Amino acid sequence: MKAVRPSGLALTCYLILLMLPLYWLIKMSLQSNEDILGTFSLLPVNPSFDNYITIFTDSSWYLGYVNSLTYVLMNVTIVLLVALPAAYAFSRYRFIGDKHMFFWLLSNRMAPPAVFLLPFFELYHAVGLFDTHIAVALAHCLFNVPLAVWILEGFMSSVPREVDEMAYIDGYSFPRFFVTVFLPLVRNGVGVTAFFCFMYSWIELLMARTLTLTDAKPISVTMTRTISAAGLDWGLLAAAGTLTLIPGALVIWFVRNYIAKGFALGRV
Amino acid sequence: MTVTLDGVTKTVAGETHLYGMSLSLVPNGLNVLLGPTTAGKTSILRLLAGLDRPTAGRVLVEGADRTTAGVRDRDVAMVYQQFINYPAFSVYDNIAAPLRRARLPGPEIDRRVRDTAALLHIDHLLDRLPGQLSGGQQQRTALARALVKRARLLLLDEPLVNLDYKLREELRTELRHIFQTGGATVVYATTEPQEALLLGGQAIVVDAGRVLQIGEMVDVYRNPASVRVGEVFSDPPINLIAGRIAGGEVQFGGEMRAGRPVHFAGLADGAYRFGVRAHHVDLAPAGPGAVSLSGTVELSEISGAETFVHVRHNGLNLVSHEEGVHSFRLGEPVTVYVDPDRLYAFDAADRLAASPHGPAGAAPVLAKTAGAGPA
Repeated sequence: MKAVRPSGLALTCYLILLMLPLYWLIKMSLQSNEDILGTFSLLPVNPSFDNYITIFTDSSWYLGYVNSLTYVLMNVTIVLLVALPAAYAFSRYRFIGDKHMFFWLLSNRMAPPAVFLLPFFELYHAVGLFDTHIAVALAHCLFNVPLAVWILEGFMSSVPREVDEMAYIDGYSFPRFFVTVFLPLVRNGVGVTAFFCFMYSWIELLMARTLTLTDAKPISVTMTRTISAAGLDWGLLAAAGTLTLIPGALVIWFVRNYIAKGFALGRV
Repeated sequence: MTVTLDGVTKTVAGETHLYGMSLSLVPNGLNVLLGPTTAGKTSILRLLAGLDRPTAGRVLVEGADRTTAGVRDRDVAMVYQQFINYPAFSVYDNIAAPLRRARLPGPEIDRRVRDTAALLHIDHLLDRLPGQLSGGQQQRTALARALVKRARLLLLDEPLVNLDYKLREELRTELRHIFQTGGATVVYATTEPQEALLLGGQAIVVDAGRVLQIGEMVDVYRNPASVRVGEVFSDPPINLIAGRIAGGEVQFGGEMRAGRPVHFAGLADGAYRFGVRAHHVDLAPAGPGAVSLSGTVELSEISGAETFVHVRHNGLNLVSHEEGVHSFRLGEPVTVYVDPDRLYAFDAADRLAASPHGPAGAAPVLAKTAGAGPA
């Protein structure tokens, strides 16, 4: 029999500690409130999908997911449209103050979101954007665009400048070169960037909560508002939490190869 | 296509790369830019391609001022030292790219891509991606993409330098053939005198942002206008020995004396620097007039079937280039011979005063150097 190595043991302990909250969440989501509060057991007592059925049939619940997904996808689209040209400019051209501006972009991420809450709230009210999807998507750009420019610039700078020149010599116009030649070369970077923007926007609570009321209310906010006269609905909350994890897990699954390359090549 | 640079200066971030450079390319012929690294070869090519604008001066194409014309408005093709291809395209699509941008009809594109690929022996690789090819094949793809356009100005920036020795020889021979049959004005930048000689054509010797000499390749090799041209255009660099001519005698390297050789007849007495190429410093007397010099071996390098022996004598360093493989111990005493008939004389301003090959233009042999290298 093979001896158990200490390192293997440590890894197992670590994994158990890591997965325990996740398991507990899923276990709770399959139980009713009474069972959760009544008994302590490692396996779910009377497991059922009732909580999930509630979420998928009650529009106040499932619209939370729709709202979240809507502004997250809007945000990722806007960020990529803005950051791709910006990162290209930073990687290819020298202009006055380029290095300072590049650093200033990053420093935007150092400010706490709470700082921007009041101006955004006031501004959006004034122009009638309050409680819309685009409001949240734009607000998240404040943090995602700098990050995206930073990541993409690293990827773009790893493409030799001579490729650009070659394309011009061969008769490419800039837009055609950018889309057909250049973008395929930085697709790993685009994947990594989209992932980070998606995740930030998906889990961000403070802005999403302040800038929405009902029409664009995201799922994370819905979850914080489950306190009813009867107290907290633990099972329902756990089920909603489990469902919230799924998009993130899916995105990670799809971009896992890009991310591995991204860590190796770029600026992540 | 006639192309002329007229007093072109290029300054980047306060650093001058080209100093008021003027030169004319041989139309529809081969022009070899020869110079060490940082001589400004790439800067010249980029100006010719239209990738950069000169800080001052003009670029004339067919007599018309095209200084500010963009890359896409010039009929140029370029091959870089690095293997630059479109990594996401197959070899076929790489070669077809310039033709597609020129909106040629499909069958015409297909025919030209396949012809060019066959010419460069990559016709069996058309479906591959550049990343799946060896360095030589990648550079062949880049060459094919440059040739397929049939641009009237073809620029090559040390295209063979990143290839191994065998591949370089092979491609160089093919390129020579392609240059001769194609109708383009070719500019070929290189740091290697051997490569320049093998290619032939017009030599443009550049150093530190200035043109030092322009002329027919063998002429320039035989009659370097200055010490610097001699250094740039010989590998290993030309040996330089201080000395003087006095009456019927030349003295050099301290105590060495010989009768005044015939080609020094027209020189006034005085101090000169004498130059002798490494393959004219011999381990055995080459002629009856050869002067011997005893020294010690500083370094001995064997390269292929040749040996370079660095000999030290009284503070004078000479490099001797010997055919065949010879082995020397370091510090071993050795006698080398210098034939005064092989000496170049440079005056106090480092200009050529006398050449063993006679005055410029008198060099009779061209074909001889084509195969075996320098005579």
